[in-house]
Amino acid sequence: MLIDQFPAIVVAAPLVVAALCAIIRRETACWLLALVVAFLSFVGSATMLGQIQEYGEPLSYKMGGWAPPAGIELRVDLLSGYLLVLVSLIASAVLIYGRHSVRSEIKKGLRGLYYAMYLLCMCGLLGIVITGDAFNAFVFMEISSLSMYTLIALGKDRRALAASYQYLIMGTIGATMYVIGVGLLFTITGTLNLVDMADRLGPIMDTPAAIAGMAFVVVGLSLKIALFPLHLWLPNAYAFAPSAVTAFLAATATKVSIYLLMRFIYSVFGFGFAIEQTLIPEVIMVLSLVAIFAGSFSAIFQENVKRMLAYSSVAQIGYITLGIALANATGLTGSLVHIFNHAVMKGALFMLVGGIALQIGTVRLSDMAGVGKVMPLTMFGFVLGGFSMLGVPGTVGFVSKWYLAIGALENGWWWVVALLMLSSLLVLAYMGRVIEVAFFRERPEGAAALKEAPKSMVMTAWVFILACIYLGFDTSFTVGVAEQAVDVLMGGAQ
Amino acid sequence: MPLLAGDVEGMDMEGLNELAFVLGGVNHWITVFLIMAGLYIIVSRSNMIKKLVGLSIFQTSVYLLYVSPGKIIGGTAPIIIEGAEDQLYSNPLPHVLILTAIVVGVATLALGLALVVRVNEAYGSIEEDEVYSDGDWN
Repeated sequence: MLIDQFPAIVVAAPLVVAALCAIIRRETACWLLALVVAFLSFVGSATMLGQIQEYGEPLSYKMGGWAPPAGIELRVDLLSGYLLVLVSLIASAVLIYGRHSVRSEIKKGLRGLYYAMYLLCMCGLLGIVITGDAFNAFVFMEISSLSMYTLIALGKDRRALAASYQYLIMGTIGATMYVIGVGLLFTITGTLNLVDMADRLGPIMDTPAAIAGMAFVVVGLSLKIALFPLHLWLPNAYAFAPSAVTAFLAATATKVSIYLLMRFIYSVFGFGFAIEQTLIPEVIMVLSLVAIFAGSFSAIFQENVKRMLAYSSVAQIGYITLGIALANATGLTGSLVHIFNHAVMKGALFMLVGGIALQIGTVRLSDMAGVGKVMPLTMFGFVLGGFSMLGVPGTVGFVSKWYLAIGALENGWWWVVALLMLSSLLVLAYMGRVIEVAFFRERPEGAAALKEAPKSMVMTAWVFILACIYLGFDTSFTVGVAEQAVDVLMGGAQ
Repeated sequence: MPLLAGDVEGMDMEGLNELAFVLGGVNHWITVFLIMAGLYIIVSRSNMIKKLVGLSIFQTSVYLLYVSPGKIIGGTAPIIIEGAEDQLYSNPLPHVLILTAIVVGVATLALGLALVVRVNEAYGSIEEDEVYSDGDWN
């Protein structure tokens, strides 16, 4: 059956076409190829997810015909299927969106190579999610990271180069920490297959080598996630990357690392050990709460709107990791739902800001005075996206915060709920600042005439904004899949 | 360790155990040293090339971490020979993994150096203090 081959195709196709793009180098041809491949990956991922939901069985693909645990296994269960759909969906949408902004921000000869890098990055992200092998995940992580550094360095501003270098150093430290941890676990278990490793680690989990391995994996992945205080690379990388790259990264890159962290904490180390017998949940909870407040506070004082949204991402990542720390089914559901929801709303906001950057040439708040009057569609979308970040009922932000709050109450942590409420006020402060400048200030005298960003950009962003509202009412996809995926994490694995 | 026990009548056994711990894990000590040395260079140097050197040393530690436990003294390549199926052999997997990791390390270093070249063109300096303090980052 063809669907049995889907796990391999979904990852291999972008890889092959990326090489093809690097040879062709013609902008339009590469763009079309990239779009077709990204869309096919999306269809493939969605089909797989549907199949898994229907039959309740994870799909397993034996790479090269070697049976796991000796061979590399590509494994799609509900959780990885959910992430696959997210990554491929965002990748396709950003390709449609990015056509114009890539033209304006990237030099002519480099655009074909840009699409090659983009596909490579997408291949890496899909690979991390789909693989069932710890070392293979590292290789995919480096594929995605190296292409990401390149994409960020393509930014117009020279600060993009410095930001990319900074990310390269920190990202490589994170990945190397991860691979050290995997090495320690491999030495004591003799296996790299995640399911097999979980079985073999069970009885020896409290040995020093296993604990050291766990510590390295958790810290390494936290760097990739940009969990506070390991987030320093993120604001600069997001702020100076080309707009389309920022939208893609903000929506997918950190999410995929969070997925891997969840896999390790819940499936490999096991709920019974990692959550109940170590300090991991406490540490992650404190760091998440600090991230939420520090990220939001920093966001308030940013002049660069992309950097502001980037700091806001640090805070939103805090919400997601908070769900991991709550360690009950409701909190974890909230966390998984927020992975999707945050991708949709932050993706939309970065897309809209990219449109503004294209039209007025900067993303500085002071240059955005009165933009709301000349670009009403863009700024209205921004307002709705802001509502969603705030967690207004009827938007996706509300759904995920609701689950997180209920999860905290189930643990009896009412003060976490209070802090969650309080943090929403900070969101109001920084999003409100942009809205105030854009709508209630006059355009400066003699400013160039402005019109809306190209249709393809505004429309794609608006599809996501509408999705923010639609998914706020109809939660059957996000919450439905997330709840089933939580069962996989909490019950099925052990 | 029976070999030692016979020779060392009356000697301080505890001291010997410690010696065995230090010498027996010498590969691990080198690994730990490389990890710490690499990280220290990354943190303490401001020169972007030197930082990349530190990063490379840091990554190199991983090669040793994987490869050294994979070697068994007297072990051969894992090839099944008729009549000698119970040959002692070394696990080939760590070596293969590290081949991949070396490629990743080379790619990272190459990309890092390329970035430093571009940074030098754009800023006229590869000292981090000067690059990051230059201009408004907000």
